[in-house]
Amino acid sequence: MTETAAPVSPGPYPTRWKRPPQMIKSRFWRYALAIGALVWLVLALGTIEVNWQRVMVGMERGQRFIAGFLQPDFTTRWRDISTGLIESLTMTLTSTVVGVLVSIPIGIGAARNVAPGWIYAICRGIIAVSRALQEIIVAIFFVALFGFGAFAGFLTLTFATIGFIGKLLAEDIEDIDESQAEAIRATGASWFQLINYAIQPQVMPRLIGLSLYRLDINFRESAVIGIVGAGGIGATLNTALNRYEYDSAGAVLLIIIAIVMISEYSSGYLRRWVQ
Amino acid sequence: MLTIDKLTKVYKTGDKALTDVSFTVPKGQVVGLIGPSGAGKSTLIRCVNRLVEPTEGTVRLNDLDITRLRAGELRRARRRIGMIFQEYALVERLTVMENVLSGRLGYVPFWRSFTRRFPGEDIAKAFRLLDRVGLSAHADKRADALSGGQRQRVGIARALEQDPELLLVDEPTASLDPKTSRQIMRLIVEICRESGLPAIINIHDVVLAQQFADRIIGLQAGRVVFDGPAKGLTEAVLTQIYGEEDWTAMRQAAAEDEAAEAEQRDEAMKMMRAL
Repeated sequence: MTETAAPVSPGPYPTRWKRPPQMIKSRFWRYALAIGALVWLVLALGTIEVNWQRVMVGMERGQRFIAGFLQPDFTTRWRDISTGLIESLTMTLTSTVVGVLVSIPIGIGAARNVAPGWIYAICRGIIAVSRALQEIIVAIFFVALFGFGAFAGFLTLTFATIGFIGKLLAEDIEDIDESQAEAIRATGASWFQLINYAIQPQVMPRLIGLSLYRLDINFRESAVIGIVGAGGIGATLNTALNRYEYDSAGAVLLIIIAIVMISEYSSGYLRRWVQ
Repeated sequence: MLTIDKLTKVYKTGDKALTDVSFTVPKGQVVGLIGPSGAGKSTLIRCVNRLVEPTEGTVRLNDLDITRLRAGELRRARRRIGMIFQEYALVERLTVMENVLSGRLGYVPFWRSFTRRFPGEDIAKAFRLLDRVGLSAHADKRADALSGGQRQRVGIARALEQDPELLLVDEPTASLDPKTSRQIMRLIVEICRESGLPAIINIHDVVLAQQFADRIIGLQAGRVVFDGPAKGLTEAVLTQIYGEEDWTAMRQAAAEDEAAEAEQRDEAMKMMRAL
């Protein structure tokens, strides 16, 4: 065995090591920025005006609310609650189904690796508009157009679903294993066959998972947009709060929490099953 | 017959991947394309079916100038060029049968491929090919349930399902162990011999290339630096392609591998006879 000469050691090695600063190299600027941020926070907190009397009143109402929440009244307003609930569930399901169906072509169009440039631009535009507008603003707009009720809510949630599923589907398509698509392309497959054989199998489990996730987002959103007049359980909740019937409001909130939890667990189970 | 004439590829980044590559592959010839990583082997075979667009030069399959084809004609031309990939490139969530049948995508209308109702003769052919590569029992399994060697066999069946006039093979053994590598190479070459199918096989393993190819083309930095029978691959030539390396030792190691494999086979035969 031949021995190679070890490199000559330059003396004892240091026993201390400190992680070098990663973002700001200069010590002066590091301290200056930290102190500046702290001063800003203190000044900002100082400008918040707190009316302690209002806080006391609010606490009192809060207590009544919590009392109502602890003794929820399902029976007195059951007819209102059940109508609102059925409306919300209908709205949720229909808007998710329609929204997902519309967002599939838009999501494919918004994926750079399968769509030509001009279609990509259009689809990304649609997604950007849908995501830029918050649900409540869209709901106010649709209520103004089509009047109070579930139809405005259905349109709002469909619109929001398109932005959500469209964007995530497009990103998922851009992240696929490109070699599988290349292999299908090499067989002389058409564009539709490429989508059906190489893209769909790769993104389907995630698309199903996202749709189930959007289903429970839409249910929660249906409660929020109801407050601005788009129907459903939110409208019922709003009415109860306006009448100071905190026990009925508590019942509505409990029902919302229960349904969200049920859909959370069942969608988690389904997602594992489709993998 | 495949004729490549003065093929040049310059990538958008300015990298010159291929420079003036010209050669002809007659019917039934198996060409081993060797060269170090980055020599342009993958680019070259992808220029043949235009998964990569060549910058200059022509590729002719029989009398068809592939470089001049428009989208629809190119798809029809790709049907006749089978391709086998590094890392198999099977659609993992589809069944083995669907993967093999995807070789027919260029021949069938969209609705047939979408509903998986392929013509009877295509299905019979797929079963025959699966039987040929020894996987008839696995037709209904998902592709990701198979081992590496089995997956590459499915890849071979998919390429043959196309009824190809030319086989492009990109590093078929890159992720396989030495024994499986030899089995896969043997299978590809046997199939080419059976039907007089010309093939270009990209392979970085010089010993395998020499063992299985009729003719070797050596690429170095995008240029053809060797073109001749496998026997003509001397140490001087290899050193020109790959740089200094102990070629004798490499060959010896490969020979030992193979001897061990042959011994194993003999042992197995003896045992069979003894039983």
